Amino acid sequence: MSTALSTEPVLPDPPGAPSRGTDTEALGRELDRIRADVLARRGAEDARYIHTVVAVHRRLEIAGRAALAVSLLPPAWLAGTAALSTAKILENLELGHNIMHGQWDWMRDPAIHSTTWEWDNPTPAYAWKHTHNHIHHTWTNVVGRDRDLGFTVLRMSKDQPWHPFHLFQPVLAALGAPLFEWMAALYDLEADAVLQRRKPLRAFLRDTANTVRKGARQAAKDYLLFPLLAGPSAVPCLLGNLTANTVRSLWAHTVIFCGHFPDGVRSFTEEEIENETRGQWYLRQVLGSANIEGGTVFHVLTGNLSHQIEHHLFPDLPSNRYAEIAPRVREVLTAHGIPYTTGPLLKQYASTWARICRMALPNLHRATQSRPQGEKAA
Amino acid sequence: MADPLLSRRWPAGRVEEVRSETADATTLVIRPGHGWRPAHRAGQYVPVGVRIDGVLHWRTYSLTSPPGRPGDPFTLTVRALPDGHVSRYLAHRLHPGEVLRLGPAQGDFQLPDPPPRRLLLFTAGIGITPVMAMLRDLADNGRLAEGTDVLLVHSAPDPARTVFGPELRSMAEDLPWFRLHEHHTRAGARPAGHLAPEQLPALCPDWRERDTWACGPVALLESAERLWGEEGLAERLHTERFRPVPLLPSGTTDSAAPGVPVHFAASGVETAAGTGTPLLHVGEAAGVAMPSGCRMGICYSCVSPLLHGRVRDLRTGEVHGEPGDLIQTCVSAASGPVALDL
Ligand code: FES
Repeated sequence: MSTALSTEPVLPDPPGAPSRGTDTEALGRELDRIRADVLARRGAEDARYIHTVVAVHRRLEIAGRAALAVSLLPPAWLAGTAALSTAKILENLELGHNIMHGQWDWMRDPAIHSTTWEWDNPTPAYAWKHTHNHIHHTWTNVVGRDRDLGFTVLRMSKDQPWHPFHLFQPVLAALGAPLFEWMAALYDLEADAVLQRRKPLRAFLRDTANTVRKGARQAAKDYLLFPLLAGPSAVPCLLGNLTANTVRSLWAHTVIFCGHFPDGVRSFTEEEIENETRGQWYLRQVLGSANIEGGTVFHVLTGNLSHQIEHHLFPDLPSNRYAEIAPRVREVLTAHGIPYTTGPLLKQYASTWARICRMALPNLHRATQSRPQGEKAA
Repeated sequence: MADPLLSRRWPAGRVEEVRSETADATTLVIRPGHGWRPAHRAGQYVPVGVRIDGVLHWRTYSLTSPPGRPGDPFTLTVRALPDGHVSRYLAHRLHPGEVLRLGPAQGDFQLPDPPPRRLLLFTAGIGITPVMAMLRDLADNGRLAEGTDVLLVHSAPDPARTVFGPELRSMAEDLPWFRLHEHHTRAGARPAGHLAPEQLPALCPDWRERDTWACGPVALLESAERLWGEEGLAERLHTERFRPVPLLPSGTTDSAAPGVPVHFAASGVETAAGTGTPLLHVGEAAGVAMPSGCRMGICYSCVSPLLHGRVRDLRTGEVHGEPGDLIQTCVSAASGPVALDL
């Protein structure tokens, strides 16, 4: 039975938290069974899937670059920019994100492996793997531990202290979206951790040098090398590359924010997760994530992060299996009275922005009254 | 880019032909792609990566064709081992057209150039493969000195199970410099048993004056090394082992400690562990600088190459692993003697 993690909503953050007394150990066993089933069936079909995505990505990238090389012609510019944007989205989400989670390590293919993959992104793979795979996936939505909860600048939970600076956060969030890839690179440096003395200055300087080097190489590739190769089409090519990177940033930002911030998603305090069991960890992953509904192509383009709940439960299962297990996961959760937050993209996106705006203001509603004075007492 | 044969980063080759040699040995004719470093030498082996049920497995096989021009097809000959997942696939299930990853040809089990005039080749079973490439090379290139004499002493179960038997026999008939002695361990009414190096002097009285290349089962090579060593002729004997000697935990652990031996090779630490303890904890307790992150199997910061042994996934109970696999030390326990590259 759960003890450490109360299933009662601590705050009216999301409505509809599960009823008290969820049997988290039984929940853990049922979810473990789903995981084991996928592992038992994982094989040639999954390998074929990821190889297909790799091949499609390559073709789109080559076609996009080729078209942008002659992008003085407007139709070529449009087609090239569209192809390159799609290629970059696939590379970022369905390939980079999932491969670096180790989802495909079982194939033992060094070309598609978490230890060797380096993505088309200013943030170096190793830095991202640390902040994302380790910090975010271990401490999902725990205030003070999960830096993805607001990405160190936004206030996304009522449990985070309010500061007048947060009044600007809708503007900040809006500016951050088109520059998301660069923001993520900055964020992965963990300057905040240096200030809190959780990260040695020396490591920070080393990481900064690596990020500057990686970022410079990325920028040089898209904004110098390919435009120069395009000769007379240099300027439209540069604009096409800039557009593709911006589209990719906007899309990744949308998918990622919709994964953890729509209505219905909870945050947690450090006290709540003390001595967490595996079952309770599973429960927190579910309560801290939200899905987005859509068709197959949509799921692939989100890197299957539209199945954020399944991804957070089983971050290292092959992404193509999330859609297949989602109904089973939902059934198990429903049987345990645990809410399963999902909705179409527009709804999730709107409620994410509503939260960004709501949290810009201090906790005005006396909603906090249900909480006894002194947070620790909760 | 769609054609794996164009990749330079991940060299590959396409199987053009599959030829059965004996009931359990098969020759693969492989056309290498552009990324494969050309021009192997006779006697070398090549790492071959084959995808079975989505998982890439690597094994090394001797090249059996003489060196050709860069880009020319080459051959490998694979014998299906009774419980060899990969060798059985390659020998029995592989179809022409399939693409295999390739590593660079390597190994210094080679004849010098020019080859010695008096040569003894001593092989058993599938150990014939690197020597076959040498013989085909010698037969091909006409650079043999006057008076060259090559004797092949080869042991196999019986004539039908002698890989390359017909070709070897016809070479012995046609080539004046080549003699073949076949030893059959299981043929006829009175099987001869295994060929011991002690029988060699009778088969090849001048063995001490010859340079010898030997390839076959470990037991055969070890007894050959003993014989040549005792005669002080160790440097006249060249041997080839199919598998590098596995890096076993040395077993010099504190016998009072419970559990199975665990060896951290890079740190030179030997310890013992219970089969329910994550290897991450085992290493940390023994003072090894273990990488780690989430400590619960989700972040993959704790992975280490497995050098030897198999591990148990503490989440599923599944026992898995072969040398070279990256294993998550935080959720894996030793299921027997284990060596990690940490
Ligand atoms: S420490 Fe995170 S997977 Fe092992």
